Amino acid sequence: MNFRRLFLILVPCLWLLALFLVPFGIVLKISLSDIALAIPPYTPTLDLAAGWEGVRRFFSGLDFENYQFLTQDDLYWRAYLSSLKIAAISTLATLIVGYPIAYGMARAPREWQPLLMMLVILPFWTSFLIRVYSWIGILSQEGYLNQLLLGLGLIDQPLMIINTNWAVYIGIVYTYLPFMVLPIYAALEKLDGSLLEAAEDLGCSRTSAFWLVTVPLSKAGIIAGSFLVFIPALGEFVIPSLLGGSKTLMIGKVLWEEFFSNRDWPVASTVAVILLLIMVIPIILFQRNEQKQREMNQ
Amino acid sequence: MAQANGKHVFAPWEDPNEKPIIRFGAVTKRFGTFTAIDNLTLDIYAREFFALLGPSGCGKTTLMRMLAGFETPSEGTIEMDGKDIAAVPPNKRAVNMMFQSYALFPHLTVYDNIAFGLKRSPMPKADIEGRVGEMLRLTRLEAFAKRKSHQISGGQRQRVALARSLAKAPKLLLLDEPMGALDKRLRQDTQFELMDIQEKTGTTFVIVTHDQEEAMTVASRVAVMDQGRIVQVATPDRIYETPNSVYVADFIGDVNIIKGNARRRSDALTEIHWAEGQPPIVGTTNAAVTDGTPCFFAIRPEKVAISPERPTDAANVIEGTVLDIAYLGNISTYHVKLATGEIVKAQTTNDRRIARRSFTWDDKVWLSWTDTAGVILAE
Repeated sequence: MNFRRLFLILVPCLWLLALFLVPFGIVLKISLSDIALAIPPYTPTLDLAAGWEGVRRFFSGLDFENYQFLTQDDLYWRAYLSSLKIAAISTLATLIVGYPIAYGMARAPREWQPLLMMLVILPFWTSFLIRVYSWIGILSQEGYLNQLLLGLGLIDQPLMIINTNWAVYIGIVYTYLPFMVLPIYAALEKLDGSLLEAAEDLGCSRTSAFWLVTVPLSKAGIIAGSFLVFIPALGEFVIPSLLGGSKTLMIGKVLWEEFFSNRDWPVASTVAVILLLIMVIPIILFQRNEQKQREMNQ
Repeated sequence: MAQANGKHVFAPWEDPNEKPIIRFGAVTKRFGTFTAIDNLTLDIYAREFFALLGPSGCGKTTLMRMLAGFETPSEGTIEMDGKDIAAVPPNKRAVNMMFQSYALFPHLTVYDNIAFGLKRSPMPKADIEGRVGEMLRLTRLEAFAKRKSHQISGGQRQRVALARSLAKAPKLLLLDEPMGALDKRLRQDTQFELMDIQEKTGTTFVIVTHDQEEAMTVASRVAVMDQGRIVQVATPDRIYETPNSVYVADFIGDVNIIKGNARRRSDALTEIHWAEGQPPIVGTTNAAVTDGTPCFFAIRPEKVAISPERPTDAANVIEGTVLDIAYLGNISTYHVKLATGEIVKAQTTNDRRIARRSFTWDDKVWLSWTDTAGVILAE
């Protein structure tokens, strides 16, 4: 092992250590602590001045009380399940909206494709917060959408969209759409047109060729896009709190309330640790998909 | 069918009672302002191995895509068994195509690739397995049925593509540059294999190629195309021996072209006056060449004899000096410069050791050929 290679590996290792493992260690430690009226608002704290005795006291003060508490109060379970449900439904909705967009982009004339790609990425140039706020203006009872639908005579009463799960779905689909479109586009763009001609030649209609050839061959893009939407949507906080109102239950919101309203850092940390553990599963599946794809391309 | 030497010869195109399986009737195909196929008429008969030969952009691929149903003619009709098939979509035609890129489905195994078309047909499930097995045996792929296309070699991929396009037993199989991606040795083996399979299955094959050697090897008839037109349709030997134009003579194999003026000597023989002070070339009269008009004399290098002494019995004898020798092992091609500055190629088999060759660079030599060795062409 020469020095240069060691150095190359060392850089990402240190990066991960400093920016992921150390913060995670701190959060894990707080989740094992107890709430206290102090600064910081938990106990025990490590007292190195007391020497070996201080370290012993520190470790004996840690326990799994908060984890037990989470199983006792059904708010947390319901919040986790509701988050999973909202993330799953929004991922599906993003796929349904994103696939035709990606398909259209891949089928568009070559010279148009960079422009279309730009248009998909363009919203990122504006602050995420401002874009979510502007949805309030669109979806609220006196918002543009209701005005338009009332003006067209399609509805008599304004629709109640804001402060419901519907608004959350719309917000997530809108925000995460590029994460779905781009991997699917990348998969479809590589698709050899003669494969579809071959399918037609062998007796497929256009529709069945799409389901039998196009969709299976864009599977890797669909999986990648779905995870890229599902994983951040699971812990989403801004969209449900701005668009979803008080009735929408999502674990990101619960976490925020525990941390800032209750100032219960240990419980908030526990919620975060469990959320992370839940997310590890889809992240591992995502990595496996990427790995398999790389092997296929070799 | 025609009879020759008492042996049964396959030549349905010579039989006026034979109905063609495919008939192009004055077909024109335009893409915008570009004319890909220009008023083309052509008959292809059942069980033929028909080659479309031409340089890239000559329209041969467009012609094939019209047969497959991916393009429709702008004008004219394409008939299959006497019925116009212009309106029939590709998935409803009894025509299958083997794509140049093979277009194997990368997400399916070899078995599923071959079964793909059968599963879309009314064939009962139980029979599909048998048919796929038959195709796997025909193309010697039994051992690879479970592999995916990226796990097999180029030659095997080519055979999967062939098996897949043959599985539905099409009336007509289209092959688009089927051997373009194979190396030379494999290509030669595959050509014979392809002919073998064509004979076994009795399917009509139409092959598109830009490789004249390939077309000559596999085809029962060759159509030479240029700029959306068919220049000549004939059996490989006739295309080679009696091309109807300089274009065909030049496209197929190596040829010497000499420009001159035709003068009838008799009904059978014509003189070509090609240079001041040189004796005229004597060749067999071509009825299409009018007496006294400019014409071309085309002769293959292997039909030109080269000798250090003046031959006495040849109809045509010209003197020159050896400019270049291309040694190809079994044969050598001599580039001989004539007194007029023209260069004529002569080819001989190397039946002696090279050290015993009686002439070399810059030596005076005599070129000679008989009066039937070349052809006289109008254009």
